[in-house]
Amino acid sequence: MSANIKVARPSRTNFASFDKILLSAVAALLVIGTLLVYAGTREWFRSNNLDPEYYLKRHVLNILIGALLAYGTTLVDYRLLRAYTPVVWGAGVLGLLVVLVAGTTVNSAKAWIAFPGGFQLQPAELAKISIIVGMAMVLAERKDLRGDPVDSDVAKSLLVAAIPVGLILLQPDLGTVLIISAAVVAMIGASGAPSRWVAGLLIVAAVGGFFAVQAGVVSEYQVKRLQSFIDPAADPQLSGYQLRQARITIGSGGFFGKGLFDGPQTNGRFVPEQQTDFIFTVAGEELGFLGCSLILILYSIIFIRGFIIARRTNDLFGRLVCIGVIAWFAFQTFENIGMTMGLMPMTGVPLPFLSYGGSSMFANLIGVGLLQNVHVRSR
Amino acid sequence: MSQKSRLNMVVFQTLIFSLVASLFGRLLYIQVLDSGRYKEAAISIQSRDIITPAVRGAITDINGTPMVIDLPGLVVSVSRVTLDKQIDQGSSVLARMATLFSLEYSDIFQRTRLCGELPKDNRTGCWNGTRYQPIPIIGNATKDEALKIMENADQFPGIEVATVPIRSYPSLEGENVAHVLGYVGAVSDEDLKNPEENYYRSEVIGKTGLEIEYNDYLRGIPGIRTVLVNRKEVVTKQSTNTKAIAGNNLITNIDAKLQSTVEKALKGAVLRAKGSGYKGDSGAAVVLEIKTGRVLAMASYPTYDPSLWQKGLTVKQATDLFSEKTGVPALSRAIQGLFAPASTFKSVSVVAAAKAGYDLNKSYDCPAGVEIGNRTFKNFDSIAAGRISLEQAIAISCDSLWYQISYDEWVRDGGLKPKSNPNDYFFNAAKEFGIGLSTGIDLPSESSGRLPNREWKKNWYEQNKDFYCNYKTRAQKQDLTPYLIEIARENCIDGNKIRAGDAVNFSIGQGDTLVTPLKLAQIYAAIANNGTYYKPQIARAIVDQDGKVIKDFKPIVAGKVDAEQSTWDFLHKSLRSVVTRGTAAGSFSGLKVAVSGKTGTAQVFGKNPNGSAKDDTSWFASYGPTENPQYAVVMMVSQGGFGASTSGVGVREIYQTLLAPGKEIFPNGVPSTIPKVDLKKVSKVKVDLTGVKVNGGKVQ
Repeated sequence: MSANIKVARPSRTNFASFDKILLSAVAALLVIGTLLVYAGTREWFRSNNLDPEYYLKRHVLNILIGALLAYGTTLVDYRLLRAYTPVVWGAGVLGLLVVLVAGTTVNSAKAWIAFPGGFQLQPAELAKISIIVGMAMVLAERKDLRGDPVDSDVAKSLLVAAIPVGLILLQPDLGTVLIISAAVVAMIGASGAPSRWVAGLLIVAAVGGFFAVQAGVVSEYQVKRLQSFIDPAADPQLSGYQLRQARITIGSGGFFGKGLFDGPQTNGRFVPEQQTDFIFTVAGEELGFLGCSLILILYSIIFIRGFIIARRTNDLFGRLVCIGVIAWFAFQTFENIGMTMGLMPMTGVPLPFLSYGGSSMFANLIGVGLLQNVHVRSR
Repeated sequence: MSQKSRLNMVVFQTLIFSLVASLFGRLLYIQVLDSGRYKEAAISIQSRDIITPAVRGAITDINGTPMVIDLPGLVVSVSRVTLDKQIDQGSSVLARMATLFSLEYSDIFQRTRLCGELPKDNRTGCWNGTRYQPIPIIGNATKDEALKIMENADQFPGIEVATVPIRSYPSLEGENVAHVLGYVGAVSDEDLKNPEENYYRSEVIGKTGLEIEYNDYLRGIPGIRTVLVNRKEVVTKQSTNTKAIAGNNLITNIDAKLQSTVEKALKGAVLRAKGSGYKGDSGAAVVLEIKTGRVLAMASYPTYDPSLWQKGLTVKQATDLFSEKTGVPALSRAIQGLFAPASTFKSVSVVAAAKAGYDLNKSYDCPAGVEIGNRTFKNFDSIAAGRISLEQAIAISCDSLWYQISYDEWVRDGGLKPKSNPNDYFFNAAKEFGIGLSTGIDLPSESSGRLPNREWKKNWYEQNKDFYCNYKTRAQKQDLTPYLIEIARENCIDGNKIRAGDAVNFSIGQGDTLVTPLKLAQIYAAIANNGTYYKPQIARAIVDQDGKVIKDFKPIVAGKVDAEQSTWDFLHKSLRSVVTRGTAAGSFSGLKVAVSGKTGTAQVFGKNPNGSAKDDTSWFASYGPTENPQYAVVMMVSQGGFGASTSGVGVREIYQTLLAPGKEIFPNGVPSTIPKVDLKKVSKVKVDLTGVKVNGGKVQ
């Protein structure tokens, strides 16, 4: 370990050294997200005689805190960070344990730790980082000894992922588990580990998912959500209603959209949770096909920049972190937008960079910070 | 980077971008290709049409005096959507409401159920509309009652009070006119499905009578305010607003004062029948203008209060309207009641006899009875009057004379082996008068009556021969008497033929012949008018709110009976004799105006629910004044006994008002010009609820 510290180049973290394109794409999404959160809450809060800027203010605050955290993430050489990985991982698991004991339940999932002053923390969001960094460390260890990870390394890395994933399943938060699983498979694939692991994991995921539903491990609430995805009439009151409303709201936006702040579906708040998990419906209605396309392009830019950074670095740990972060962003984006348009079942994950929500915002921006960190150090 | 991990990276990148591509494709489909569908769905989610019912047009009498008018009333209604969300489905709220308005809880409960929610045999009073309409329970709440509900809104969630235009019946001349006017009610699901009418849920539409006949004119155009709502159904924005346009007014030919007189005379006749020991279950009376067919008055007994619907019809009231016990007040006997015309039909027989070549000025035998086949057809009361003139025979209503003539004609037509081209003078005369056809009056559900000629007989036989030819197995046990078995046997053998008995009965208006009181009035108008008769019309004109005539209803000739003038002259002379020295002489003695008419006392077969034999139908059909006839007046009392004493006296009372010397209802004849509608005759009830706050808002 100490050898790594020695080879680390002197820290030269400043804005000039960041990947500007990545930075701009993220910044653009943050601006759009801020407008959408405002558009999604303004009218409703006003009509209920509440502060129409309530969510706007908190969202901007979240972004500022997230930006500070991201900047902080870039300050320390990620290879140094590697030394603290066990601490990061341990902290993530601890958070998940605390939430199971003392968490508050929202939408049938015990996923939040409440702090005084109305602030809430969702440890599962931050656990994503713990898992990615932890797995990357285990998988990259052998590489230092000039060789691809062998079965035992993969097994160890899976254990690193399995413990927090198991805890998240207990909440239960199936959406996050799916995203982490995607990141896990992507990282093992990119590490050069034997291909049978990738194939095997995909099969395990499919079979496991099937039996989880059968055996009732997946709660009734989640089965209902899945059913309403297949047949929206099955549960018309709750998730079916939400999914149908979401699709109608997006579809009614048409090519040009109704204009920011002018969406009747959004202002009437026909889609519940429209500032968090269903923020894309606001974009769909008010910004139309044009605006939504722009959002998809911005996400694509982030993914492409992530891949470029991953490829440029010679360091396996850094590359695996990048792959993990991109897999996380990409699958979460697909899961969320896919859900609002009826491509994916309802899972309740926020849309990266756009949705309101502190923990998710912090985690996403720390993820971006990790990408920038690897970028800065791979020159 | 190893070869393997490089390959895995490529696979991974491809996967990620195919995910993005699928999102993009889906987005394109939803927002561009299939956007129309979603836009429509969004509009139905966001926008609500609030319907302000138009003020419904008034219905006035022939002088422009309103008989029905929309006036603002305090309506207390129940919102099922709100009640259903309450823990006890609103039962406690309904119970409080029952206490406040002194109604039965079961009554309110029943009336707030959708008809489809109740078992088929227990739907009386049920709500014919939908769950989403306010269900009016009290149509004329007092201000105090309304305030009690509004001030205790927390006690009455789902109960709404609003001032809305409601149908009001000022009855300025004491008239009821219920069966003519009809009533209005909420739009039903079936109405909403009707593709020809663009009804709105909150509308009130005509259900019977003139209200339904002229609904399209009276209805007006409801105002539509389209608003955008949010998920809590709170209005956020108004998008369009069209004002309601009041309906047109309908001017009728009914004269409110005459109508009131006719109603009183009819009720008096029914009560007189009851007083004389007859059952007197119902009755009807009609006054037509002879030269136009205009209906100047039309009444049916028993009747009902047409404002019941607006006051909030209770379950008991709804049951009573259609109950046999109460005499089915909903039935309009004048156009729906079917009865044998009895001796009033003899005027038609006179036309038939004249055509058959009988000399109307000769004398004929009026024996106590006539032997036809193996049956003796008796004269009324079996009294023989000897050889008398035909005029006298009409005056005293001799039956046996007609038995002989009709039997002779039947034999000439071939009897039971009819000629291929029989003369059928009697059937054809009846047909010329339109018996068996509806009059075509501008009211719904008119009955057409029955002309039992050869054609009808054949149809009847086709439908019933199976029953009569298998009588012993098909009939009820109590109907298996030797007499009925014999009749069944005869019906089975030659039920398709006009038998001697049928022909004989037909000539005196008995047997299978059925007419409505209105039809008989039309027949007597034809007689007075030398054969020409008109379609009876209630509507005089449709005028808009400014008085502009939208539609002018002109007299329509419905038919003409082809007969010699001498026949009409004979009939006029004879029908006058009925009143001066015949069967109606007693009832009309002392009447200062000369009128003509004919009594009828029809035997009715069958039994009342209590097992007693049915009493005779009492008829009096007339026209007046005798010289220069203007009006045809007919009264019928079911199970009313004699024609003269029950209905004759009733008709006399009508003429006493109609033609009272110096105080005639129409001193210058029935007005031919369209009158001005004078709605101001009805003082408007002002409902002032301003200042009463309900949930922060004002009562509309």
